[in-house]
Amino acid sequence: MMRPASLSSPSNLAAALILVLLALLPLFAELLASPFLVTLFTRMLIYAIAATSLNLILGYGGMVSFGHAMYIGIGGYVVGIMASHGVHAGWLQWPLAIAISALFALVIGALCLRTRGVYFIMITLAFAQMVYFMGVGLEEYGGDDGLTIYNRSSFGSLLNLSDKRVFYYVCLALLVGALYLVHRLVQSRFGMVLRGSKSNDRRMQAIGFPTYRYRLTGFVIAGMICGLSGALMANHNEFVSPAMMHWVQSGDLIVMVVLGGMGTAAGPLFGALAFLLVEYLLSRITEYWQIIFGPLLILVVLFARGGIGSLFDMLEGRRRG
Amino acid sequence: MADPLLRIEGLVKRFGGIVATDQVSLDIAPGELHAIIGPNGAGKTTLIGQLTGEIRPDSGRIRFQGTDITRRPTHRRSLQGLARSFQITSIFLDLTVAENVVLAVQAHAGHSFRFWRRVASDRRLQEPARAALRQVGLDARADARAANLSHGERRQLEIAMALATEPTMLLLDEPMAGMGPEESARMVETLRALKGRLTILLVEHDMDAVFALADRITVLVYGRAIATGDPDTIRANPEVRRAYLGDQGTEAADG
Repeated sequence: MMRPASLSSPSNLAAALILVLLALLPLFAELLASPFLVTLFTRMLIYAIAATSLNLILGYGGMVSFGHAMYIGIGGYVVGIMASHGVHAGWLQWPLAIAISALFALVIGALCLRTRGVYFIMITLAFAQMVYFMGVGLEEYGGDDGLTIYNRSSFGSLLNLSDKRVFYYVCLALLVGALYLVHRLVQSRFGMVLRGSKSNDRRMQAIGFPTYRYRLTGFVIAGMICGLSGALMANHNEFVSPAMMHWVQSGDLIVMVVLGGMGTAAGPLFGALAFLLVEYLLSRITEYWQIIFGPLLILVVLFARGGIGSLFDMLEGRRRG
Repeated sequence: MADPLLRIEGLVKRFGGIVATDQVSLDIAPGELHAIIGPNGAGKTTLIGQLTGEIRPDSGRIRFQGTDITRRPTHRRSLQGLARSFQITSIFLDLTVAENVVLAVQAHAGHSFRFWRRVASDRRLQEPARAALRQVGLDARADARAANLSHGERRQLEIAMALATEPTMLLLDEPMAGMGPEESARMVETLRALKGRLTILLVEHDMDAVFALADRITVLVYGRAIATGDPDTIRANPEVRRAYLGDQGTEAADG
């Protein structure tokens, strides 16, 4: 009886198809003898996880966090700093990356969520800038120049993340997990409160919801998922630097979510893939790729309000007449 | 009168130099349908706002079920059984009709830190929601997006949401506002069916509806309650006729 969170909508079918193709990608890469493809797509998967986490609070909760890349940095630095002290165990690094991200999200969210609208955007940006400069200030760990990671996270003999294909599949599995987690969350009681509070927070309080604590919980969950993507990013680049959490990165994450379709299950997947593919292709043509990318973005916002996901659904509607 | 369900004592609210609520005292008995009427700017919405907790009174007390709720936040009052519908329709436009009511049920079904189970397959939420929709005659529209409802249907949905919280008392802020005669008649029927089962405080401009439904009426003018009584008493009260019913109101009231 609820609105189709149905997995069989055209956009979700398209998403399933894309995931299958992504699962086959290392094979294509081998056939084409271009291992670089695996690296390129690993980066996309990691950004897609980050965008999925932002979609939970931005798309479903209406919280326009302009500092979300901060958690990529936090998760990344946890891995980097631990590695620099000789702690390589992924079982320690990754949970700690998630936990520290949660802590930051809890404190920052507790303050930011007392504001609304433009103020919320500005204050999340301000906190992200603070954390950015904290990263710059970490002289011991390279400061502005960043920190090289000599050993990827180790999972004993279970997983060898230095194998690019293994790492790719770990990222893909975590992306599928994140997409499914958010998909279930937004349909639960908790998710109803998030969505209701996006739609009409005043009314939510009038019918008896203390919405603040639910919004804060959503904010923390999103921070945790994004922190995990940061841990992955650190492993992928074998390097962390404050640039990972520059505000432009936060802006890119917002663009991915909007581009893919805010508040849709598969939107972040479409958005992250499209954004990074277009960036990659255009930057091969010209250094000033943003000159082309900007207008493309405007076209999507003007003609496909619901993002790329809605394009699939529109095509389906047209076919049905 | 038996112990009142809602007791308002000497309530005062000033906005700058304007006294929006001026020493209002009022008792509402359990099961009573009490209407508040008054010209525009009489302070009706301000009064409701203080009852729901959205506006904090400068002085005075509000007691509900014997406990002082004057300083209690909105969501706690709602959980205690004081439900309101808004003057300006305030539903969740992005959600379906059913989801709107489900949220209202969920608000009173314990905490919502439940992260996995789908609401759509949760009978404890869906069944009361369906029942509330049936009571206002909206069950056929359950799957429509709330944004696609007509004005009258939105008001019905408002009432269904208030009912879904299984309130002891319903605060209705102009439920007939902006309705055509047909829609108004439907709303009067809905309210008549609810009357007696729960206590209702009705703020309404539609005089036909008020005089047809109310057990007692309070007349508010410039923030002051100038008269309280049953419909016949109010109709006959010369001060009320002069202050409020005036020329345009009398024929409506006399019916």
